[in-house]
Amino acid sequence: MAAILEFEKPIQELENKISELRTFSKEKGIDLSNEIAILEKRAVEVRELIYSNLTAWQHVLIARHPERPNTSDYINYLFQDFIEMHGDRYYGDDPAVIGGIGRFNGRPVTVIGQLKGKDTKENLARNFGMAHPEGYRKAMRLMKQAEKFNRPVVCFIDTPGAYPGIGAEERGQFEAIARSILIMATLKVPIIAVVIGEGFSGGALGIGVGDRILMQEHSIYSVITPEGYASILWKDSTRNREAAETIRIVARDIQKLGVADKIVPEPVGGAHRDPAAAAGFLGEAIAETMEELLELAPEALLARRYEKYRSIGNLAD
Amino acid sequence: MVLEAFRKQKQTTVQPDTENRDIPDGIWIKCSRCEEILLNKDLDKNYKVCHKCGFHFRLKAAERIKMILDEGSFREIDAGILPVNPFKLADYERKLREARDKSGLNEAVVAGEGSIEGVPVITAIMDTNFMMGSMGTVVGEKITRAIEAAAAQKKPLIIFAASGGARMQEGILSLMQLAKTVEALARLSEAGQLYISVLTDPTTGGVSASFAALGDIILAEPEAMIGFTGPRVIEQTIRQKLPEGFQRAEFFEQHGFVDKIVPRSQMKETLAKLLKLHLQGEQ
Ligand SMILES: [Zn+2]
Repeated sequence: MAAILEFEKPIQELENKISELRTFSKEKGIDLSNEIAILEKRAVEVRELIYSNLTAWQHVLIARHPERPNTSDYINYLFQDFIEMHGDRYYGDDPAVIGGIGRFNGRPVTVIGQLKGKDTKENLARNFGMAHPEGYRKAMRLMKQAEKFNRPVVCFIDTPGAYPGIGAEERGQFEAIARSILIMATLKVPIIAVVIGEGFSGGALGIGVGDRILMQEHSIYSVITPEGYASILWKDSTRNREAAETIRIVARDIQKLGVADKIVPEPVGGAHRDPAAAAGFLGEAIAETMEELLELAPEALLARRYEKYRSIGNLAD
Repeated sequence: MVLEAFRKQKQTTVQPDTENRDIPDGIWIKCSRCEEILLNKDLDKNYKVCHKCGFHFRLKAAERIKMILDEGSFREIDAGILPVNPFKLADYERKLREARDKSGLNEAVVAGEGSIEGVPVITAIMDTNFMMGSMGTVVGEKITRAIEAAAAQKKPLIIFAASGGARMQEGILSLMQLAKTVEALARLSEAGQLYISVLTDPTTGGVSASFAALGDIILAEPEAMIGFTGPRVIEQTIRQKLPEGFQRAEFFEQHGFVDKIVPRSQMKETLAKLLKLHLQGEQ
């Protein structure tokens, strides 16, 4: 059973009621199928209603849901024969970023993604998906390898930001992110960037300069977390919710601003309700995007990539 | 879309009040490091460097231009681009207004063409007096245009970075300026043009993690604060005090991320030497 978010309580109450009726009906041998059917229909309606009117903060909660499928889950669902590659060849292997080669619909591709854990132990091992310079340098190495062997690159973004620590700074976090952005700017194979959870700061963009940017319906993307925005700009970290509304982080907004190219639907109630279905939608969207991009010659691909970022700015009124 | 937005703005160009650029700070100023009382007049003569302890005061863009470019050679480009407020945030509007009043600038970067010891260059100079030099859409656009101008005119590019990072009030649009500026730099590099990045205090966040980190040559001013994450956030995260000198220019020179630390008094001649070493044809 998935952890229940506060705003999902009305759904939960209906579901509890349904299960009570089922038990009662079974124990007493009374047919309550009509009543149950009505409640089930009601539960679906309530869920759809709630999920079609989410606030930005509710999106944040879903995007960070501990049971939300992560990069590793999507690799398992969507890529066959996946072999993980370790290390940046300079310093070490960053557990916050995984990457490797696998087959996507039969085609060899390179997959890279930030990996958050699902519990505290996993998160500590993965640094909460916050990469060190080694993570970006591993990503760059795998991207150049993909280019050499003419494989498309799929990047899964899921991070609150790059790791803020002594070692990360010492080893040039800023240089690693900048260099990775530069590598992506010039890579001659298609890059599909997919935001699957939260994407914040240069830490996210460090593997995010795609020909296309896809965002899952409940994923979020911005320059800084709502917590960071509230504490830095308002000196008040309790104003997270307000900050989430203020800085436009939900997928629909990111699309309207001309940054996200496609919103990938999730099962009603969020990807964690039905990871297999979520992976199905994601697989379709990646396949469709990859087909489009594979039709372009490298020059055309690079010209369009340049144009995509060159033209990102503010919308006229 | 963006071009339309900028074209639209051009019609509403406002010339910044140039007289306000040198707000008199009084006759005396206290060095923020050694607390020596300095005569403003002397400080100006000494490149705004404390004669006692060598502390480099932060410079206004106009002061930097005066120190680095040949007299009278600087011609500003895209001066009239006004800040934008994409999400129409009231407190951002107010901050932008205050920043303009305080700095006399329209945005946090001044770009233009000029020469250094006779060598023509394109330059972009960031100014921390405007919202800590933060990079939003307009700063990203002006930097990108400067890079494109260097490529088109086949001139070397020099960017003086001074920034706390991406401008938060423009959300994802600010973040995408990292990609935009770096895409432009990739083209400049392919065209074989020289790009010198000068890191000044501070160069952090999204600016350090994009164009500032990618110079063919990276210079830094003494003791400039450099890094991706600012020291306060790191201290909060790891719950310990950072060692003295952490993330300063000297630290990053030691760790291999800066080619050379150049005191301000030698900056112009160092740049000139480097530029001349890259001149094609007879020297
Ligand atoms: Zn001093």
